Amino acid sequence: MKPRKASALAGSLATLALALSACGGGDIDDETAANEAKAADAGDCGELNMAVNPWVGYEADAYVVGHVAETELGCSVTYKDLKEEVSWQGFGTGEVDVVIEDWGHPDLEKQYFADQGGDGSAIGAGTTGNVGIIGWYVPPWMVEEYPDITNWENLNKYADLFETPESDGKGQFLGADPSYVQFDEAIVENLDLDFKVVFSGSEAASIAAFEKAEKNRTPLIGYFYEPQWFMSEVPLVKVKLPAYTDGCQDDEKAVACDYPETELKKVVSTEFMESNSPAVGLVQNFQWTNDDQNLIAKYISEDGMSPEDAAAKWVSENPDKVEAWLS
Amino acid sequence: MTATLERPATAPSAPPEPRSRRSVPRWAWVLGILALWALAAYVGHGRSTMNLSGGSATELHDGLSQLKRDLIAGRDDNVLMQAVGAVSDVFNAVVEQLQRLVSVPALPRPVPQIGWLGVLGILGWVSLAVAGWRHALGTVCALTAVGLLGYWSTAMDTLVVTLVAVAICVAVGVPLAVLAGTNRRVNAVLTPALDVLQTMPSFVYLVLLTLFFSLGPAIAVALTVLYAMPPVVRIGAVGLREVSPVTLEATDSLGQTRWQRLTRVQLPMARRTMIVGVNQTTMAALSMSVIAGFVDGPGLGKPVIRALSAGMNQVGAGFTAGLAIVILAIMLDRVTTAASERTETIARGGGGSRRTRRIVLAGGAVVAAVLVHLSRTYRSLAEFPETSVGRTVADAAQAVSDWTTDHLSVLTTGIQEAVTTVFINPVQDVVASSPWFVTGTALLALSAVLAGRAGALSTLVCLAGIWLTDLWYDAMVTLTSVLVATLFVMAIALILGVAMARRRTVDRVLRPVLDAAQVMPAFVYLIPVLGLFGPNRFTAIVAGVVFAAPVAVKLVADGVRQVSPTAVEAATAAGSTPWQLITKVQLPMARSHLVLAANQGLLYVLSMVVIGGLVGGGGLGYDVVFGFAQGAYYGKALAAGIAIVLLAVMVDRVARRAAAR
Repeated sequence: MKPRKASALAGSLATLALALSACGGGDIDDETAANEAKAADAGDCGELNMAVNPWVGYEADAYVVGHVAETELGCSVTYKDLKEEVSWQGFGTGEVDVVIEDWGHPDLEKQYFADQGGDGSAIGAGTTGNVGIIGWYVPPWMVEEYPDITNWENLNKYADLFETPESDGKGQFLGADPSYVQFDEAIVENLDLDFKVVFSGSEAASIAAFEKAEKNRTPLIGYFYEPQWFMSEVPLVKVKLPAYTDGCQDDEKAVACDYPETELKKVVSTEFMESNSPAVGLVQNFQWTNDDQNLIAKYISEDGMSPEDAAAKWVSENPDKVEAWLS
Repeated sequence: MTATLERPATAPSAPPEPRSRRSVPRWAWVLGILALWALAAYVGHGRSTMNLSGGSATELHDGLSQLKRDLIAGRDDNVLMQAVGAVSDVFNAVVEQLQRLVSVPALPRPVPQIGWLGVLGILGWVSLAVAGWRHALGTVCALTAVGLLGYWSTAMDTLVVTLVAVAICVAVGVPLAVLAGTNRRVNAVLTPALDVLQTMPSFVYLVLLTLFFSLGPAIAVALTVLYAMPPVVRIGAVGLREVSPVTLEATDSLGQTRWQRLTRVQLPMARRTMIVGVNQTTMAALSMSVIAGFVDGPGLGKPVIRALSAGMNQVGAGFTAGLAIVILAIMLDRVTTAASERTETIARGGGGSRRTRRIVLAGGAVVAAVLVHLSRTYRSLAEFPETSVGRTVADAAQAVSDWTTDHLSVLTTGIQEAVTTVFINPVQDVVASSPWFVTGTALLALSAVLAGRAGALSTLVCLAGIWLTDLWYDAMVTLTSVLVATLFVMAIALILGVAMARRRTVDRVLRPVLDAAQVMPAFVYLIPVLGLFGPNRFTAIVAGVVFAAPVAVKLVADGVRQVSPTAVEAATAAGSTPWQLITKVQLPMARSHLVLAANQGLLYVLSMVVIGGLVGGGGLGYDVVFGFAQGAYYGKALAAGIAIVLLAVMVDRVARRAAAR
């Protein structure tokens, strides 16, 4: 490119740009001013750091509470995508204020709850109203085909159905997402079941496996749980294990009973609990049912809505429930 | 034959000396050892395998878990933790400021300080300055494409983290490169450290860093810096060492000081290589963006991981996010590569008139400034407009994935079961289910035969280390998968690589696909692969093969193409069939490239071990995933991470020495 041509080009580009920029004041300045005014009369909620643990049901809780905190209380909510372990670690540093759905982590409670000898950086904030049911599940087609399979006493009869190249000549039991408390190896051994636990490695892998099993009508048995959006797509059927009694899971090696039903809890950082943020009350009052959660989870995972939109939709459809949390 | 072979198997410390025993070829030794190994495995099947069930941990593991608890409990008064805390505060602050600049609303403004149009202007101008107008255009197109996919602000987050990390890598890495390039002793210390850093799977970094770093941007930056540092140090040092000694002598004779020698001669002459190092570092940094998503690292990793947790329904969404990463990777790669070529041209006095260049740059700067101003004024120029492009792409990808898993999964399940029964299980029976001392001896003997005394020594050290982690059985399960996967990789590499080398059209079609496959995050194809094969070791192996094959294919293709045309012509003239030409001339002459491809294939497969653990691969990968998710087993994850590194160092050393012989 010759110098003259280049300078002419650059010059004309610059003129064009200047001409463009000259036309009038923009719309962003107006909004900035509006935001400043809004910030001045907004409440004293400040920031709310919401941990988002990696399952869709959790997202439903987190974004609904976050949405209400944002729209009703004027909080600025930051969502942090974290595993449970790492979220609890964040209570002490102020990086996480709220874990909105906790399935029970005795080891973490010991480490962080003051009343259990921990460092006191975290504290319980009541239950969410959701009940977690953990257990052994089979895809629905198997129950149609083998109605008595839903009792553990009949499992050995069907063990060879579940045999795969992974399971050393026994039936394959698909182990859990590694995040969950699991005693399957002990249960198999103590109930003399002819099965071998093979770990799926992640929730995604477990879901993919059950989805495939139902679609192709291949046998599969494994660890699963609800509330879980996937249940609305493929309603897995729970296999009855010897009933849970208090203390039957205390010795990890001797477990021979079903998992207990878990009341899902809310955990917050002590610092947040002691602050006078209006969001504290909201988090404490937040209560709903498995169906509520599954509905939002379905909006997100099946209908492909963003968690924000799904939460906003549910909130606008359930004003009475939301009202109760704010009183 | 068996009589002579008993010795290396039972007494591995006496490796055969190749010169004196030329009469027995090396492959015979290998076969003999394998036969004996299989026999011993059959006799001792299931005994002393050191198998530790999924939910168990040993004292060592519990000790390591306790270490983490102590570190967290002491974070208010422990000096190390406070130093780390200070560093992470700085990282967080820097990243957050930059985010307010380009990706998140800079309150009270409803939008970031600089909107999309402004960013386009600035990055376009930077590309113009370092790489020329063609690349400026490329940058603008790439960024627009990312915006159209619907990931503008997420992509900006990724760029912010990547650029901060690369800046730190350069600031720390270039001085290290200078030291390593000019001082032999420093180099001797740094090389093994870099080896370890480079063979460590990215997920293991994550496990290690959660010991010290808190969440969010800080750990993402720290993670990326550690992972991306080695290339710039290593390649930079090579560049300095390659400066011709004649030039150095000549300039030394003029009486220059060491500082002058470094700044006036060595650094300018190594500039091009240094930028190649920066290019490699940038690519490595970008490849960490998905893993960073596991600890709330801002950027495109988050949508990819989110899509994972939503199962089959969100494969398309994960794909578009992955595509955005691929586009960014291509953009950064092209610009930095062009920049390195350009420094060369300019250093040689090319690159057109300086005056023209200055005028164009000044004009460009004015345009960029105006664009920035506009993007600060109008909302539509600040927030990337929403389009349906992303959704369309996602739906298309979803449809492909659904169709494939619906229609092929009966067939693929058959393949998976057959390969597992006929191939993976028997190999695992020999490698993992035999007594540990049998496997250990056999591995030592093999290393001795293939890699000589030094190779056997490093194998001994690594195996001892693995034994000490209490995870011998899991390590051997992993080794089985890695070996099987590498075999598949090499088979694919040979077929495709030879085809690419022999036919230009094949090369032209395949190469861009391979380039994209190399940067496409593994998590994107994990779910469809799961849908096809279900959670098991085979799926983990497939994930590893998909990740490792592109590199190996390219290396084989380059190797075969470099075979001298004279040799090929001579063979053709002598009446060789194409098959003879390939097997008797081209492949043997490309041997060093084949070995390199196998070595790289192995390392790439190993880096996927942990991700394999997420899809039912078991072994060390599952230990890492499990311990990362459950604090009580953190120590086991750490031990498994160490074992993976030891495995990697072991196979790498053996492969390299075997190649050198």
